[in-house]
Amino acid sequence: MSKLEYVRKMALMGDEAVAYAVKQADVDVIAAYPITPQTIIVERLSKYVADGELNASFIQAESEHSALSICIGSALAGARTFTSTASQGLALMHEVLYIASSMRAPIVMAIANRALNSPLNIHCDHSDIMGARDTGWIHLFANNVQQAYDLTLMAFKISEDPDLLIPVSVNLDGFILTHSIEPLEVLLDEEVHQFIPHEPYPHEIDFGNPLAYGVMALPDTYMEFKRQFQEAMLKVPEVFHKTTREFYTISGRTYKSLTSYFTEDAEAVVIALGSTVETLKYVARKFREKNIKVGVLGLTMYRPFPEKEIVKVLENVRCIAVLDRAYSYGGVGGPLYTDILASLYKNGMKPIVADFVYGLGGRDFKLTDSEEIFRKMMKAIECNGFERDIYWWGVKE
Amino acid sequence: MVKNRYVNLLNEDQMIEIRWHGRGGQGVVTVSDIMARSIIMGGKYAQHFPEFGPERSGAPVKAFTRISDEPIEIHSGVYNPDIVVIIDEGMSKNFNLYIQGLKENGLLFLNLGDMRDQIKQNLPKNVRVYVVNAKKISYEEAGKPIFNIPMLGGLVKVLRMPDLNTIEEVLSRRFPSELFEVNIRILRRAYEEVESIG
Repeated sequence: MSKLEYVRKMALMGDEAVAYAVKQADVDVIAAYPITPQTIIVERLSKYVADGELNASFIQAESEHSALSICIGSALAGARTFTSTASQGLALMHEVLYIASSMRAPIVMAIANRALNSPLNIHCDHSDIMGARDTGWIHLFANNVQQAYDLTLMAFKISEDPDLLIPVSVNLDGFILTHSIEPLEVLLDEEVHQFIPHEPYPHEIDFGNPLAYGVMALPDTYMEFKRQFQEAMLKVPEVFHKTTREFYTISGRTYKSLTSYFTEDAEAVVIALGSTVETLKYVARKFREKNIKVGVLGLTMYRPFPEKEIVKVLENVRCIAVLDRAYSYGGVGGPLYTDILASLYKNGMKPIVADFVYGLGGRDFKLTDSEEIFRKMMKAIECNGFERDIYWWGVKE
Repeated sequence: MVKNRYVNLLNEDQMIEIRWHGRGGQGVVTVSDIMARSIIMGGKYAQHFPEFGPERSGAPVKAFTRISDEPIEIHSGVYNPDIVVIIDEGMSKNFNLYIQGLKENGLLFLNLGDMRDQIKQNLPKNVRVYVVNAKKISYEEAGKPIFNIPMLGGLVKVLRMPDLNTIEEVLSRRFPSELFEVNIRILRRAYEEVESIG
């Protein structure tokens, strides 16, 4: 290994990689409350600040509700702002999530995805983020530790873009990524500073020139605020692509709103979020070696939902399995499933689709699980349909 | 090809999967973490992840390491390890409880002082077994029980990777200097003293 490669190469846990990215982003304010499996992120950041490696205010709040409230104030004052949470912590932030986005506070938040109580469980699923799905944040999902690092850096640039000023969540699977050590290639500090220079917030809080923030809007104006917010959301894809292109020039790593593997001529495609995408990719490659035409589609950007890109990938696909690591109880199916169904219907497509609810509370998604799902899809193509629309995969019945 | 050259196990994927067993407080997660970081710093691909159950001192704990020449995409558990390392002495005596799923021709590392002869009678077939006298080594070098690093020393000798200098570098970042020196002595001594018993 050359000396430069050695400097760039690291072995880090997902949580450590996020903290390292935040340090390199040279944030000004971190306000957080510790919760497993996110705790290592704020522990590392608190150490960076204490050791003088990062010049930032580290504020340990008395709750997540307060932590995010502090972040709003700091972001509107023009400070680069970071927080991190999981599970119950994200649930406790819930009302503040809407305030952060609709006040256009550029905040980056890492979410170590974890199940919600009750029963008490600290392991991975996506119930936390799905509960926060419609709060007006941009939601990104990492498939591995490298992506957790890269997306955290890009999140600052996207969030602070003057056309957006929208908070971004970077989701990484609790324990599966947060506590796994994997190799990654980091950028040099100078490169990060060049990529995300500190730009002034366009209308930052200034006591010499007071403005009104977070005003009241009655029925005659409220709807216009919301419509304007949706217009801003529509600009996200363009900013996302601009950011990923620029990121490619410094890192050589390509990002799109989707990660698709073997989908070009696939008859059957599995759609998922997070670390499972990579496990599926590994198994799909085995099937491809036997000339079985399966593909994998992962969503790097979940909100805004990349409907057009997804529909394009699925154009000639006969069979789709959607993997949901969360559920809408009493609803039509899991959240990703309903998004996909709606996109297909809107675009006049009618492939065979089923929802696979899996991995709740950290239940392992084994290689044999993805293998079986691929086989089920092959059978569904033969029989022109699945045996049911929603499978609770791996549940003991 | 990590596997053919070093372990010569039958596996269509050129990947080595290690499962570590021990008790809470013995550094089970730490040693798997050190192994993975050292392998990566040595230029190969590795992945480490712990099994998180109730984290209590003394309770059985597992950790997992994957090693490969290629990037590792799998993010699910290890069910058929190529190697099982048992860090706790009591658990080593009852190794049969901890080798479920161990591949044929796999490697088993036990922490044993006495009882070697008794164990020899009951060794599993088609598994290569190595022992490290971790208690003796750690008491003589540190005056206290440190079982994870001696087991790492034994494993590294047989696996022929990562090299000891890389492990030392990883350990130096982790431990204060006094503890670092002790651990290096233990690591190197176990590396020399690991024995094959079947």
